[in-house]
Amino acid sequence: MIDLSVRVGGLTLANPVMPASGTFAEGLDKVIDFNRLGAFVTKTITRELRAGNPLPRVVECAGGLINSIGIPSKGVPYFLDETLPHYARYKPPLVVSISAPTGEDFARLAAELTRVGVAAIEANISCPNIEEDGKAFAMRASSTELVVRQLRAATSLPLWVKLTPNTGDLPEVARAAERAGADALVVANTILAMAIDLETFKPCLGNIMGGLSGPAIKPIVLRQVYQCARAVKIPVIGCGGISTTEDAVEYMLAGATAVQVGTATFVQPAAMTTIIDGLVKFCERRDIARIADLIGAVLNEESDEPELSWVAPPQ
Amino acid sequence: MTTQSSISLVGTDPIFQDRTAKTARSWAPSVVGEDAEVLSNDSVNLEYRHLVVRCGAVAASAVPGQFFQLLCPHTDGDQPFLRRPMSLYGVNPARLEVEFLYKIAGAGTRGLATLRAGDAIDIMGPLGVGFTLNPKLRHIVAIGRGAGLATLAPLAQAAKANGTKVTAIFSARRPELMVSVELFNRHGADVVAVTDSESTSGPANIERILRGLIAEGRCEAFYTCGSSRLLRVQQRLAREFNIPGQVAMEQQMACGIGLCFCCVRDFNVGGEIVHRRVCWDGPVFDMMEALP
Repeated sequence: MIDLSVRVGGLTLANPVMPASGTFAEGLDKVIDFNRLGAFVTKTITRELRAGNPLPRVVECAGGLINSIGIPSKGVPYFLDETLPHYARYKPPLVVSISAPTGEDFARLAAELTRVGVAAIEANISCPNIEEDGKAFAMRASSTELVVRQLRAATSLPLWVKLTPNTGDLPEVARAAERAGADALVVANTILAMAIDLETFKPCLGNIMGGLSGPAIKPIVLRQVYQCARAVKIPVIGCGGISTTEDAVEYMLAGATAVQVGTATFVQPAAMTTIIDGLVKFCERRDIARIADLIGAVLNEESDEPELSWVAPPQ
Repeated sequence: MTTQSSISLVGTDPIFQDRTAKTARSWAPSVVGEDAEVLSNDSVNLEYRHLVVRCGAVAASAVPGQFFQLLCPHTDGDQPFLRRPMSLYGVNPARLEVEFLYKIAGAGTRGLATLRAGDAIDIMGPLGVGFTLNPKLRHIVAIGRGAGLATLAPLAQAAKANGTKVTAIFSARRPELMVSVELFNRHGADVVAVTDSESTSGPANIERILRGLIAEGRCEAFYTCGSSRLLRVQQRLAREFNIPGQVAMEQQMACGIGLCFCCVRDFNVGGEIVHRRVCWDGPVFDMMEALP
């Protein structure tokens, strides 16, 4: 019997596989048994009602897709009346993804959602689609530290902070989030991108720019998880192009304690449970008793420190 | 702290506890992604191709108006990343077969066209909310244009099983591009074919035909797909004569199962404009709530 459990930022998960925010909703239970997941992660909710961005909202590209959905949100009362009771029937813990335009609003929302049935808050401080030109708190260490401090003061729940891959300063941003009291980091969100239609000469997305996800971004985010896991002591949850068991193992070797599967679910709706089954088989084949033994187990035979210094300068 | 009071509120909520008690229920999928076996994949006219696959029991439980997401084969020129939504064209639960009708229009359908009998195609479904056919209806009208005719096709058989007579009004650019006529005839439907090339497909002529059917008592409900122009005509007549209707809507999709919110459209619900997901809340909607 392989032990698939992992400890992530104040929670013990039955296995390290969970959905990425925005790629999961109630309807997926027609395809997979929700009780098999390591955790649930909701679509990002906001206090304000949001209609979302103009269409088209998605365009596919080589090995992935670019989306600019724009976080349509029915607000907090709908979440408390409908979404929260819905998930109470299942075993996995419910992680609630939140977003807000200011640190004060972030804190108020986190406080409002600190209640029974919510196992952790995932602060989406990195959505490229709701601020102009993809600006987000997580672009800079200073703004990250401020907003995470406000969130930390507002909730006693485990606080996961979702970072952006669009900053050149990711390890520094990761350290700022840790300093401000984050219990775990989610690395990362989508990569700011765009596409142009050659028939019409118009951008393919109604919002012009969007976030790239899918297998195309996996090597980039894997590198970022590796950097962040070395920069902080809190757990890092890997999120970026994970489609297969092999991808999940690779992320864990790079330092991820758990993984989020997103875009892959759009193509193979049972991707998460397929990966969970695959992790058991992988561990059996490699005679690994605990999946947690894979975390950060990448072997750096020769010290890479000097070579890495240019991407993550020591403090 | 506000959090303390909310804890006790949630804990005593009877709905909350009732649902917790259901945790032990055994789970079975009602949507499946699976490799189906291609039985045939042939041209039916200059534009459309007909794909028949052997599938599992869940897929073969599809009802008219539902759809599947097909993982289209990659070719030398195209690597479509997302699945492609495809209306159910026909289903045979006893033989475990589902059928699709498609026009080669892009990377996905170019890949579909390469399939040969014996090949595997990954299909996911059945998806969405299909048509509702009240068995009390004696006579309905199905109106479609272009690919919308494929979506309406399974209605013919289902209506026949209910003892409901169907008048189908089918619109196409040219007579040779018309599909499903034979299928509707086979199930005892009357088919009125209108085309652009014969100048019979304009909204005025459609309205004239519909007013005739209404006067004869042969239009107790509208079922439509594939034309905003024809939808407007039907909405006007539905309002005038108080006739119910259902419309199958189209929209670009990604996930097909309500996760991504990329396929939203505007609907008028009691005077308020609301967004709905075509893949999850539809693709079949109340005709009067649809905005053409």
